[in-house]
Amino acid sequence: MLEIHDLHARLTDGREILRGIDLSVNAGEVHAIMGPNGSGKSTLAAVLAGRDGYEVNQGTVTYLGRDLLAMPADERAREGLFLAFQYPVEIPGVNNMYFLRTAINAQRRHRGEPELDAGQFLRIVRAKLKLLDIGEDLLQRAVNVGFSGGEKKRNEVFQMAMLEPRLAILDETDSGLDIDALKMVARGVNQQRAPDRAIVMITHYQRLLEYVEPDRVHVLQGGRIVQSGDKSLAMELERRGYGPVEDAA
Amino acid sequence: MTASTETLDRVRSLSQEGYKYGFVTDIEAETAPPGLNEEIVRFISAKKEEPEWLLEWRLAAFRAWREMTQPDWAKLNLAPIDYQAATYYSAPKQNAGPKSLDEVDPELLRTYEKLGIPLREREALAGVAVDAVFDSISVATTFKEELSKLGIIFCSMGEAVREHPDLVRKYLGTVVPQNDNFFAALNSAVFSDGSFAYIPTGVRCPMELSTYFRINAAKTGQFERTLLIADKGSYVSYLEGCTAPQRDENQLHAAVVELIAHEDAQIKYSTVQNWYPGDAEGRGGIYNFVTKRGACRGARSKISWTQVETGSAITWKYPSCVLEGDHSVGEFYSVAITNNRQQADTGTKMIHIGKGTRSTILSKGISAGRGQNTYRGLVRVQPRAQNARNHTQCDSLLIGDRCGAHTVPYIEVRNPSARVEHEATTSKISEDQLFYCQQRGLNAEDAVSLIVNGFCKEVLKELPMEFAVEAQKLLAVSLEGSVG
Repeated sequence: MLEIHDLHARLTDGREILRGIDLSVNAGEVHAIMGPNGSGKSTLAAVLAGRDGYEVNQGTVTYLGRDLLAMPADERAREGLFLAFQYPVEIPGVNNMYFLRTAINAQRRHRGEPELDAGQFLRIVRAKLKLLDIGEDLLQRAVNVGFSGGEKKRNEVFQMAMLEPRLAILDETDSGLDIDALKMVARGVNQQRAPDRAIVMITHYQRLLEYVEPDRVHVLQGGRIVQSGDKSLAMELERRGYGPVEDAA
Repeated sequence: MTASTETLDRVRSLSQEGYKYGFVTDIEAETAPPGLNEEIVRFISAKKEEPEWLLEWRLAAFRAWREMTQPDWAKLNLAPIDYQAATYYSAPKQNAGPKSLDEVDPELLRTYEKLGIPLREREALAGVAVDAVFDSISVATTFKEELSKLGIIFCSMGEAVREHPDLVRKYLGTVVPQNDNFFAALNSAVFSDGSFAYIPTGVRCPMELSTYFRINAAKTGQFERTLLIADKGSYVSYLEGCTAPQRDENQLHAAVVELIAHEDAQIKYSTVQNWYPGDAEGRGGIYNFVTKRGACRGARSKISWTQVETGSAITWKYPSCVLEGDHSVGEFYSVAITNNRQQADTGTKMIHIGKGTRSTILSKGISAGRGQNTYRGLVRVQPRAQNARNHTQCDSLLIGDRCGAHTVPYIEVRNPSARVEHEATTSKISEDQLFYCQQRGLNAEDAVSLIVNGFCKEVLKELPMEFAVEAQKLLAVSLEGSVG
């Protein structure tokens, strides 16, 4: 589904953040990308989602057989790539529900499917809310405005559940959450696991992986993936920290 | 390419996407020679077969105007206007006034259809009574009969002068005197037509009254005059929509609107202004100099202005409330957008005279391209206005970095018990907000439109339903190409 080959990316000021990433993610898999602060985790997520402010100066990314880097950000989204933001953005005055319906219908139009009317949309919303145990009041408020940290993350997971992406990237969705919110995020991810969907969780801590069992764990350090393994790698990291991994590389 | 340079490039390359309403209707018009003098004023008055008192009223206005100079205190950059080059009267040539829609020139009706106000449809579906002002003469007034059963008068100003001279004479110029300001004086001298409404005591007008203004003939200034009177305990909601065809030269528009609310009466006046804004380089477009003022004459009366200003090259407009009656209420809700080279200097005046008077001002300014957007507002509390209260909120939103937003509040308080609050914010549509929307699948223009609509939501919700939908679409159209 996602093939990253020798990906280099730098900031507009010239600093190179990603220095040769190789990663292959298949449909049905859950990958965890771990690493210390400043290792390039969030940059990787941003580059994959097509955020401005980064320049890819080497390498290729193929998504569902297409050149991902040639697609503008909104097209990537409509092609099923979803990014759960580390810092979800506030949009004052825009009703959360309306925002989500606009997004879903933009994606449905792209796929040639009929748009959902308010009634159909509401039925799906109710079903998903129940699955995730999220209150309906969250949807009547303006997008992320006045949300607590936990509510913002819940909202991201809820959007993911509603948009049903092919590839979901969660950028430190677990950070700053209490245990209940963390469990909710984990439940959302576990429910999204599907044979035709891939999930990439970017995380600083091993904590989330106690609730979501990844198929693969990668350690990102200094802009490269320095080690990959199964879930036991995460536990090992928890025991000894990131330092020795770098030495091992 | 960074996000901000991309945005700038888009703003720079933005072309006027073809003004949607830029068609010209080919109708034989009867037009006065260009220029303004006493003869022209007499010509207009004679054309309209007006009584002597009104001619004298116009001439007094003209003489006042001649002594005045165009105000220059607004933050507007405009070329000098040659008032002698403009034409002050243009009427579609028709025989006697139409008795019904069937007699209206079909070409005119098609024009309205292009504007999205097919009169018949409105009649049947929306229950909106439309007094359509085409250039200078009111073409058709619908629903008049039904309204008249309630004693409501809704007709063109010309007809009101003929049929209800006492009412017109009693109220005309009592809120905006002939010599109020340069543009009001000009309007008073040459006003051609407009709308008149009178809601009798205790009557709640059962439908939204609506006027569409449209400037058609080339080089024709439009000077409509609207007079709305809500007698004791009555209620009326009035909608005003404006469009103009696309032309290279600037056209002058100087309207006057006077509202009078007696004891316990309420007037809600909503405007969606979509005059031709000129092209991306600032050529053409309407110069819109409008004086709108409402007097809350009676105790507990209320006047509420809501405006969505998306068009015009120049907007100079301050819908105001004079709160004379004790415990009367004034409200002003405004969205003003300037894109390309558009300039708007708009706001309100709230004059607190009576005891316990209250006013609310909510202004949302959006600047894109090289647009310049100024909020200018006066809150004045007179000595007798015990316990007067005002709350003002002015928010500005910037798109790109070549536009400007300015807030100029004037506050004069002469009563120590008054409470006046002013809040102002300025923000930019952030790259983060745009990216967040795009990451969910919205294209850049839909994203901007969504964010802007959110920004304006508190004002848009003050509009009647059918107008709110139109306003939302207009916001999107006005900002086309403003962001990449």
